[in-house]
Amino acid sequence: MATHARRLTGSPAVEIRRLVRSFDARIILDRIDLTIRRGEFVALLGRSGSGKTTLLRALADLDYGAAGSGELIVPERLSVIFQDARLLPWKRVLDNVVFGLSGPDPLDRGRQALAEVELAGREAAWPNELSGGEQQRVALARCLVREPELLLADEPFGALDALTRIRMHELLRRLCARHHPAVLLVTHDVDEAIQLADRVLVLDKGRVAADLAIDLPGHAADDGRRFAELRNELLGLLGVAVPAGQEPLPEFLQGG
Amino acid sequence: MTPHSFSALAGEARLDARTATPIHPSPARRAGRRLGLGAPIAYGWALGPVLLLAFWALGSALGWIDARILPAPWVVAMTAADLVAQGRLQHNVATSGLRALEGLAFGIPAGIAVALVSGLTRLGEYLFDGVVQIKKSIPVLALIPLLMLWFGIGEGMKITVIALSVFIPIYIQFHDALRGIDSRYVELAETLRVSRIDFVRHVILPGALPGLLLGLRYAMTTALLALVVVEEINATSGIGYMIDLARSYGQTNIVLVGLVVYAILGFSADAAVRLLQRLALPWQRTLAG
Repeated sequence: MATHARRLTGSPAVEIRRLVRSFDARIILDRIDLTIRRGEFVALLGRSGSGKTTLLRALADLDYGAAGSGELIVPERLSVIFQDARLLPWKRVLDNVVFGLSGPDPLDRGRQALAEVELAGREAAWPNELSGGEQQRVALARCLVREPELLLADEPFGALDALTRIRMHELLRRLCARHHPAVLLVTHDVDEAIQLADRVLVLDKGRVAADLAIDLPGHAADDGRRFAELRNELLGLLGVAVPAGQEPLPEFLQGG
Repeated sequence: MTPHSFSALAGEARLDARTATPIHPSPARRAGRRLGLGAPIAYGWALGPVLLLAFWALGSALGWIDARILPAPWVVAMTAADLVAQGRLQHNVATSGLRALEGLAFGIPAGIAVALVSGLTRLGEYLFDGVVQIKKSIPVLALIPLLMLWFGIGEGMKITVIALSVFIPIYIQFHDALRGIDSRYVELAETLRVSRIDFVRHVILPGALPGLLLGLRYAMTTALLALVVVEEINATSGIGYMIDLARSYGQTNIVLVGLVVYAILGFSADAAVRLLQRLALPWQRTLAG
């Protein structure tokens, strides 16, 4: 959050101008304008069908078959992390990490990336032998080893249990602070968006309905109050009404 | 379970008895799934065959079974020993085995090659897939008269029939597997900017290997079927010839020896493919535990 906000260089990593995408004459993205700066962590919220996955797939160049127009500038080095870990079951963990990797010493770099996601020693395991959280960490290592300038994440923690998700948040935050790629995280978890991102976008009917900077003051008591405000605002934008004062704080903000 | 934890549980049960909801102490290990079939027993699968053999032996010994219809198991065993002593059995087994192997040696590579061309390229699909699908709907055994007119009744015809019968299951299973690669992996390879060659080598081929091996298992069955049929048409050697000759002399015991040999051939072929599956797909073994 605030820690890597200081690292921003100001030059854009992603530029989207009047992006339109439609499937079968149904408009999914309706003239989207968006800039993501280098190292900026942007979370994308939206109800199902709001177009958030379509936007991510447009950036990842995976939206063949869609009609559309607009300008799109994305960095050359781009990695995608999907909701499922998407490891090739017939390749051992390390071979999955370095699959398609070019450059010197791919295996060494792969081992380093695995160590960074705390999976040193599991290089020779088959993906089927790992838990869901471990598989997703391998997928994260596969992204990191490519030193992406832009990391696109499509609900990467959606299939994980709550405890594993908290640990993955920690890990992702640490890795982003170290490598500072620009990140676009698609999620429908409001708390996750506020905790991880510098900026939260809300997409509605193919338009950017809100663009909020996450400005937590940085000390626990005030953070809690601001967190609750942001969350209520975002939930309101997503069409979920929360009666004031009834929503408990997330655990990590309770008790300082 | 330790005595200590057991007494603790028993204590709990007593405690709860006062509140009228007794808790059953949990057994140290659950016997199995409540709605399952119960725990498997080692070599349990052998029960049926052993009982059948016992019934056969008992029936023969007590004279319930006419020896002209079904000779006793020991008569069959002795016949086999005689045939080995005369050298006939091993000669015929070698001939049949060689025939099957020659058919497999043509049919498997051909099935793999055509499936690759048709599975990996559009043009290949348009050229070959329709032809193979038409060919598939004609049973191979129905082609025998035509093949006899073309190749005569010699080894060429026999090997062609076996090769054709092997080609179909290999082609069908491998082609399906090549085309059935999960689109999520295609997407992944695209985001990793993998070249087409690497994509085929690291994603499509290893992903389709289980399908190829399944085709190979089917091919073993169809090869044996084709072998049996072609050996009873004007052959002068082989297990089928031995059986057919014995039939015309009413030697039921030799017919039975031939059938046992076919059973052993079929079982060994299947076991060989299963071994190959275990060796070639180590990543699948982890699922079975």
